[in-house]
Amino acid sequence: MRYAKKEIIPEVSIDESYKLSGRDDIAYAYKGERGLDEKVIRDISAMKKEPEWMLKKRLEAYKVYLSKPVPTWGGDMSPIHFEDIYYYLKPAVTEKKSWDDVPASVKETFEKIGVPQAEREMLAGVKGQYDSEVVYGSLKKTLAKKGVLFLSMDEALKQYPEIVKKYFGTIVPVGDNKLAALNTAVWSGGSFVYVPAGVDVGLPLQAYFRINSESAGQFERTLIIAEEGANVHYIEGCSAPSFSSASLHAAVVEVIVKKNAKVAYTTVQNWYKNIYNLVTKRAWVEEKGGMRWIDGNLGSALTMKYPSCILAGEGATASMLSIAWAGKDQHQDTGAKMIHLAPNTTSQIISKSISKNGGRATYRGMVQINKGAVGARSKVVCDALILDDKSRSDTYPVNKISEEDVILEHEAVVSRVSEEQLLYLMSRGLPEHEAEAMVVNGFLEPVMKEVPMEYAVEMNRLVELEMEGSVG
Amino acid sequence: MLKINNLKVSVDGKEILKGVDLSINEGEVVALMGPNGSGKSSLASAIIGNPKYEVESGKILFKDENLLTMTPDERANKGIYMAFQYPVAISGVTVREMLLTALRAKNKEIVVSALDLKNAVEKEAEKLHINRELLSRGLNEGFSGGEKKKMEILQMRVLKPRLLILDEIDSGLDIDALATIAKNVAEMVKEMKMGVLVITHYQRVLSYLAPDKVAVMKDGLIVEQGGSEVVDRLEESGYQSFE
Repeated sequence: MRYAKKEIIPEVSIDESYKLSGRDDIAYAYKGERGLDEKVIRDISAMKKEPEWMLKKRLEAYKVYLSKPVPTWGGDMSPIHFEDIYYYLKPAVTEKKSWDDVPASVKETFEKIGVPQAEREMLAGVKGQYDSEVVYGSLKKTLAKKGVLFLSMDEALKQYPEIVKKYFGTIVPVGDNKLAALNTAVWSGGSFVYVPAGVDVGLPLQAYFRINSESAGQFERTLIIAEEGANVHYIEGCSAPSFSSASLHAAVVEVIVKKNAKVAYTTVQNWYKNIYNLVTKRAWVEEKGGMRWIDGNLGSALTMKYPSCILAGEGATASMLSIAWAGKDQHQDTGAKMIHLAPNTTSQIISKSISKNGGRATYRGMVQINKGAVGARSKVVCDALILDDKSRSDTYPVNKISEEDVILEHEAVVSRVSEEQLLYLMSRGLPEHEAEAMVVNGFLEPVMKEVPMEYAVEMNRLVELEMEGSVG
Repeated sequence: MLKINNLKVSVDGKEILKGVDLSINEGEVVALMGPNGSGKSSLASAIIGNPKYEVESGKILFKDENLLTMTPDERANKGIYMAFQYPVAISGVTVREMLLTALRAKNKEIVVSALDLKNAVEKEAEKLHINRELLSRGLNEGFSGGEKKKMEILQMRVLKPRLLILDEIDSGLDIDALATIAKNVAEMVKEMKMGVLVITHYQRVLSYLAPDKVAVMKDGLIVEQGGSEVVDRLEESGYQSFE
């Protein structure tokens, strides 16, 4: 089966309006070209005027990408036709699209959530960026004063090549996995965040308030570096459905948390339901550093995402809080990996999934405690709520423990909304769908209470919309 | 207010209620007594609209409206409330959140303020001697039997029904808690003429909540109706006397 590109994507040709760095001639070279070869990668790098080392890295990654088979574990990736994908044309596509081309179901959801028109166009990929100068202007000045760098990866590579070179690909190396290798070969867009030692950024940095950014990219590459004692919360994505012409998204996120630094990374993923979202996210956490992933996965056809933390320094802490919603024709294959390398490191995974209308939610997680990580502790809670008989939930936890003096707790509960619960709430006056939504929201509460409030509210609203079956 | 006529109810094809007649007026406390398995709780389930209880024939009218065509939430919004014998836990949902949603579902025109509700819930909790900590926990989650029963009454006080069904409210309750609950129910009867159907196996609760009328149920039928003298008779000779 081919994914339904034709049905929902307006025919887009790359014509004379395609502009990139004012170099229309190069852009023309891509007209109608699908698939990937070395020339495409060289062209991407040339168009971006990248340093030689980045091109080398891309080519090296491309070889790895070719050498590795498509993973057969996890979700079904067979509908992805890698040879049909445009690996670098998004700027043209986003500029060419008009509001009229956005599917009605996406527009309806924007209505229901109450997203302003300007933001809707940005989210729908109609406009390349959200005009957020007003909102963002003062924050940008404050950040600049503190020495915080927050810009797109493309810009960062131009402006701060030495920092990028030092860290790029150190946490997720070229050979890590096929999709990460693909990302490294063709990456474009994504965020770069650098927080100097001792700086507390305060307000969360939100990807969609980033100036000069493209809307969510196909092969985004994000790099976050928190120097000693720094503190930053980065928020990626947003709760409205991200409509995109691309059907494969293979992002890579690398986070470096130095001694005593704290990083939180929040994602609310609500991709349009034709998208294959295959993401590699990993953090390196040094002595007494803290990393926290907060992850909400609501959209996409298939999401495979297992944010990881490598607890490399003594006393490092890490947590992963996630919710996944798997509706009709959706498979959310998500989880986390916690790798304890050092003594007295602590990790926590709380994963909550809901499946409905034939959706499938899979928890896939790993806790690894290496020899020498004395006093390490890890707690894993993975709960699944199944809303009807058509839907499915699976749990694949793996523990690799090579040290004796450790504490590992694991809880997994699969539950259904019971008739008794529905009757009880209905007997208080709640209509059936509200009663069901209430049980679901209660189930998600342990994660939602950790999520920044405006995101929790939006996620709750989205879950309710999904429950009504009214989101496309 | 509530009129039940020749009600026949079955569960999984088995007839449980075999033609029940019962009526409750405004401000009236009616005790429904009977041995275990006589069909008392089944009657309550049929009144609130539990779909497992299939009504084969007969009528349930509430203020002259046919309840049988209504869903449980519609019945609730007409003013029917049951304090469950075994209230189910709703993880992650506080009593406040639940009541706010319920009140908003009921009164679509009036905006129910979350703050007003919070104050109302706290006030009722104090009157019922409910530990405040329970208000911010998942509803009925890890509550003791007595705490659950009190929380049922708290919800009732906030939702202000026209008809209250107490299903075995005295099971698992100590005397003090029972007295507190009875006092809070009696207030509602007096102040807003709430009708009450007290379903109980034991006489104990009725010494705190004096019934205007007593009905005795056996094998799915009301076998006796009368005043408080029926309770005295039960006290003396038990349910055998109603053969």
